Amino acid sequence: MNDAIIEVSHLSKIYKTGEIQTAALSDVSLTIKKGEFVAVMGPSGSGKSTLMHILGALDLPTEGTYFLDGKEVSKLTDDELAAIRNRKIGFVFQAYNLLPRTSAIDNVSLPMEYAGIAENEQKEKAKKLLTLVGLGDRLNHSPNKLSGGQQQRVAIARALIMDPAIILADEPTGNIASAQAEEIMAIFQKLNQEGHTVIMITHESDIAEHASRIIHIKDGKIVKDGNGHKQKIVKNNN
Amino acid sequence: MTILKLTVTGIKNLAVNKMRTGLAMLGIVIGIGSVIVLISMGEATKFAVQSQIQSIGSNLLTVSPGFQSSGAVRGAAGGATTLTLEDAESIRNSPKVTTVKYVSSEYSGRAQVIAGRNNTNTQVVGVEEVYEKVRKIAMSSGKFVSVNNVSAMSRVAVLGPTVVEDLFDEGVSPVGESIRISGKTFLVIGVTKSKGGSGMQNQDDRIFVPLTTAQKQLFGSKYLTSIALEAKSENVMTAAQNQVGYLLLERHKITSTAEADFRIMSQADILETATAVTGTFTSMLTGIAAISLLVGGIGIMNIMLMSVTERTREIGLRKALGATKKVIILQFLTESTILTFVGGALGITIGICGFYAYSLFNNSTFIVSVGSVLLAFVVSAGIGIIFGWYPARKAANLQPIEALRYE
Repeated sequence: MNDAIIEVSHLSKIYKTGEIQTAALSDVSLTIKKGEFVAVMGPSGSGKSTLMHILGALDLPTEGTYFLDGKEVSKLTDDELAAIRNRKIGFVFQAYNLLPRTSAIDNVSLPMEYAGIAENEQKEKAKKLLTLVGLGDRLNHSPNKLSGGQQQRVAIARALIMDPAIILADEPTGNIASAQAEEIMAIFQKLNQEGHTVIMITHESDIAEHASRIIHIKDGKIVKDGNGHKQKIVKNNN
Repeated sequence: MTILKLTVTGIKNLAVNKMRTGLAMLGIVIGIGSVIVLISMGEATKFAVQSQIQSIGSNLLTVSPGFQSSGAVRGAAGGATTLTLEDAESIRNSPKVTTVKYVSSEYSGRAQVIAGRNNTNTQVVGVEEVYEKVRKIAMSSGKFVSVNNVSAMSRVAVLGPTVVEDLFDEGVSPVGESIRISGKTFLVIGVTKSKGGSGMQNQDDRIFVPLTTAQKQLFGSKYLTSIALEAKSENVMTAAQNQVGYLLLERHKITSTAEADFRIMSQADILETATAVTGTFTSMLTGIAAISLLVGGIGIMNIMLMSVTERTREIGLRKALGATKKVIILQFLTESTILTFVGGALGITIGICGFYAYSLFNNSTFIVSVGSVLLAFVVSAGIGIIFGWYPARKAANLQPIEALRYE
């Protein structure tokens, strides 16, 4: 029985700028199993974000195949892709990407809106998740009234609202203080224990050590992949 | 998502950025409003001119003296002395003229008029009693010139309202008072109702006296300055024009119509000329309206393109969270439809109110041309919706990450 949720083989992504071709990813093959907590590390420009976007079905590879839960992503229709982004994957962006001038609770419930779930159910779930990430008292604040860490936690709550199998996080601790970073790692480890597959990008090794497996990327290639480190466990006070 | 839900979300999204919404709406409001005001203004002018001319009488033909040729020398038009009372009499009595109901002989000239300490210089018109019917004169007090006044060569006068204003103090009834026209005393027997018009064409700045009195006592002339004819109906205008024309040619012993020493103008001719003039005016206004619609349209287009392009990142994000293409396009279509309909309604209201203010201020007719409202609305709404929908569709077709990275 194959319990791989993500299976990528010979993946390449080439950007064309006029005559110049830049390979962001070249010949990447990777398998991630259900319930893994993976950190992707690498210097800036190494292609880790590109890999993440392809895994999140936000972008398509130039070459190679990507099987998500047994389905080849590049062969899916636009509407099927939308459904995958909506239900299967929760994406936490580096730049949070919250809708401006829109309350935290409305931001969090947006994926449910697209899934066609009733309004009261949306609000109830959003409230629960915002409370979980410690923002129960800021439901109606718009992003510009929240700190970077708080915005990041709103983005995480939004990624969780559809109970996705996979959570993808691009530099989830990139713009916030280390105390808050620990809190976010605690949330991720808790989710991982509950059975979610978590993949996160980071360039800080002490953050990466919270994962059970670390993949190093350089110049669009995987240079090291393994779990030869001691996983840091954050004490959960929830 | 249901239409209700889409509308609610659309209003919410529009309310989120009030400045952008306001600016986009402003373009539509100005575009529609200005077109309505301009086109309605043209229509109202046309209507006003036409109704004024029609108030003079629609079956009216006017015979006036033309050029008088003696050898190679040509006199000035209208200055000729070619029409006589006998001409008028023969039109009235000739068996060849079957289509004319009334013949009104007229002699008009300018004279100095004095009443008490006031004086004015005005148009004095010598008339017969039929003038009242032919020229559709309505009396506000007293009587018009009678048959007896004409045959007895009475020194009686009927005043137009402007003359009354010039000669008499407010509240004084002029009927029964006497005035002096060119030094001769006249008894005022009536005052006419206002007919409108202004400047040289002011039909209220007139004094009517018996034709015989005007010819013999005031101006010393045996000729007429015009003969007004009322045809039996509007359909026989051309026949009447021909019958009278040939009769007069015969009487004046002129063989070629090109050498006629008189002119016959129908009300339709005058109306046609006036319509041509106001038509030019209206098409000029329509041209200006078309330009403002074009400029307004480009404004709407720019703001819609800008605001949707600015939201490309938002579209990327919505796609990343699981929105389908259809939902995104519907959302933007709803937003631009709400925007253009609300803006359109505002523009129509402001346009109609603006034109109402103009008509009050200028004392002109208030007609709103439905065509202009429809045209303006369809054009601006069309532009608004197309340029709200097109960039949204383009952005929705991008991969989410490309839209998110859009700068």
